[in-house]
Amino acid sequence: MKRRQKKKGSKWLVNGILGFICLIWIIPTAGLFVSSFRPAADILETGWWTVFPHKGWETEEQMTLPKDTDLKEPIEVSGVNYSDEQLKQGVTTTEGQKLVWQNRRGRIIDVQEKQWKTNAVFTLDNYKNVLGGKNYEITQSDGSIKIEKGSNLTRAFVNTLTVAIPATIIPVLIAAFAAYAFAWMKFAGRKTIFVIVVALLVVPLQVALIPVLQNFTALGLNGTYLGIWIAHTGFGLPLSTYFLYSYISQLPRDLFESAFMDGASNFTIFTKLILPLSVPSIASIGIFQFLWVWNDYLVSLVFIGSQPNVQVLSMRIAEMVGSYGNDWHLLTAASFVSMIMPLAVFFALQKYFVRGLMGGSVKG
Amino acid sequence: MGTWISRHKWLWLTFITILVPTMNLLIHWRIFIFLRDGDLTPILYAVLAIIWGVVGVYTIYLSLNWVVEQYSVKWRQRIQPLIFVGPALILLGWLLLYPTLRTLILSFMDESSVDFVGFSNYAAIITNRLLLSALRNNLLWVVLGTFSCVSMGLIIAVLADRSSFEKLAKSIIFMPMAISMVASGVIWKFVYYYKPGDEQIGLLNAIVVALGGEAQAWASFSQPWNNLFLIVILVWMQTGFAMVLLSAGIKGIPEESLEAARVDGASEIRIFFKIMIPYLKGTILSVTTTIIVFTLKIFDVVMVMTGGQYDTDVVATQFYRQFFMYRNNGYGSTLAIVLLIAIIPVLIFNLRQIRKQGGGFS
Repeated sequence: MKRRQKKKGSKWLVNGILGFICLIWIIPTAGLFVSSFRPAADILETGWWTVFPHKGWETEEQMTLPKDTDLKEPIEVSGVNYSDEQLKQGVTTTEGQKLVWQNRRGRIIDVQEKQWKTNAVFTLDNYKNVLGGKNYEITQSDGSIKIEKGSNLTRAFVNTLTVAIPATIIPVLIAAFAAYAFAWMKFAGRKTIFVIVVALLVVPLQVALIPVLQNFTALGLNGTYLGIWIAHTGFGLPLSTYFLYSYISQLPRDLFESAFMDGASNFTIFTKLILPLSVPSIASIGIFQFLWVWNDYLVSLVFIGSQPNVQVLSMRIAEMVGSYGNDWHLLTAASFVSMIMPLAVFFALQKYFVRGLMGGSVKG
Repeated sequence: MGTWISRHKWLWLTFITILVPTMNLLIHWRIFIFLRDGDLTPILYAVLAIIWGVVGVYTIYLSLNWVVEQYSVKWRQRIQPLIFVGPALILLGWLLLYPTLRTLILSFMDESSVDFVGFSNYAAIITNRLLLSALRNNLLWVVLGTFSCVSMGLIIAVLADRSSFEKLAKSIIFMPMAISMVASGVIWKFVYYYKPGDEQIGLLNAIVVALGGEAQAWASFSQPWNNLFLIVILVWMQTGFAMVLLSAGIKGIPEESLEAARVDGASEIRIFFKIMIPYLKGTILSVTTTIIVFTLKIFDVVMVMTGGQYDTDVVATQFYRQFFMYRNNGYGSTLAIVLLIAIIPVLIFNLRQIRKQGGGFS
């Protein structure tokens, strides 16, 4: 601890630099978060940072010039001449005011002054819009009203849960059985088979997609929950098995011997003894697998395809990026909906998550 | 009498050995068909599906194990391990091992997988402009992305170690790891957003304009430099990972060696390069290899940001396009194999490193 208190001067510098980096790291997410609560028109008009107090031009008064003012000639406003072009762009006077056409035909000029202001208008409409399937009215920047169909992310959210929960529990359970057998049961070719299982860590998903897709199509598994569970299970197994093996194989031998003495079978030992003992490592790999499945895009894209009933969040959002690329009110809210679950898991279970990540660094 | 019982037992064993797996298969297939074709409300459907998925797997093990428990001790000991590892091996064989071999074969076939074409797909990878640019971009990702992630991670880990808000800083840097790449894509698309006109709503363009520059459409302007703006997203996501592991390594550096160097009057920068980096070598290597593997397979970010347009294709996106858009199985498979070949040495190295550090199989 001593070295950390040693230099007061450099500590300021360290805190400053680190604080700056943290700010850079968090700003993109903060921008998304703030924007998701802003009205649709506002998002497209002004940057999200304008919700914070800032100096901006505010119209103070309006001036009406004589109707017969010739726009081709220099236009005189309070004793100074300006061109039409200048007034279109807005021009700053010597008193620090800004003059800009409010209505060119009506010869009305806005006189603006720099003032502190905020664009802090917030709404929950974006969330209502993406979560519900109903139609919503959106007031656009020019005042007109656009009817938009909600994108019903609620359904996608439920789908993602339905995909992610079994696709987490099933592979971890299967891997735990296998890890136990590799660690504590004797059978022919145990070592060789284990090495093959670990070697499968290198296989990138892409290699497996097409042949598996063809099998799934033949079996009618394509676009079904069972299909996507099987896919995630298979792709998650090498890592889960490897991870759990390294834990289960380290358990003390006496544990098993005394249990065997009492006449317990392997199955009983596994379910009554090993599973409860392995909870920390199962939690780590489980969280890792859950986040992986929840955040996955490629596997869902290939095996769910365009089945609207089974579509998961990541697919819906990627689709929205394509079809409503500029509807930031929808995109920001939708992305945040998809982030709620992983962020909750992350903040609640950070310790396990970090451990799973360290072990999970070799996922293929 | 004894022989009659053993014969009877034998019949019984045969009976259950056939019946239980068959029943399992039939029952689960029936449930599958019911769930697939049934017209249920989404919530009910989800609940039923989750229960079936989880309980189903457990009952398969339970019932098969019950059958094995009926056998004599000698046979039980032989067969039981198969029940335990069997499901894992079947799934792995079906979903990973067999597809890898098949993809390997397909990579030597023509686009519709009919004729054998030898190495011509592999030759195409280095001659076809699309495939070549995907390779080049992927290389750019691996080199620049990995280097930036690891060096940023190292710098932040060192700074955090000496700061007064270590935990908070680490949480903030680490948080993007939990966010999906698709959502990260949206986050950064918004940062890079370009709108013709003077009021910019994308942060980057607003800063550029405020500094007197000109707003740009960053993801599509001057190629291939636009790739850099996509790589930034990777750095944003993966630096946290590097930082967590390196930070754990830094905590392990013995205080005395740092103290001794300070007493000798070594500057902090010198200590960083002469003591910390050599000490962290192992961790740096395994972090680097892990990020390389991750980066080689990068897909979602590119797909969401540009869809591979504007010359931003990488191997994984080009693979997707070859298979699903151009229907060229040959090129697609070859790209997948190229990925595999690129990953193998890195991963072997990584596994060795992990083993050396005492984790896992030994």
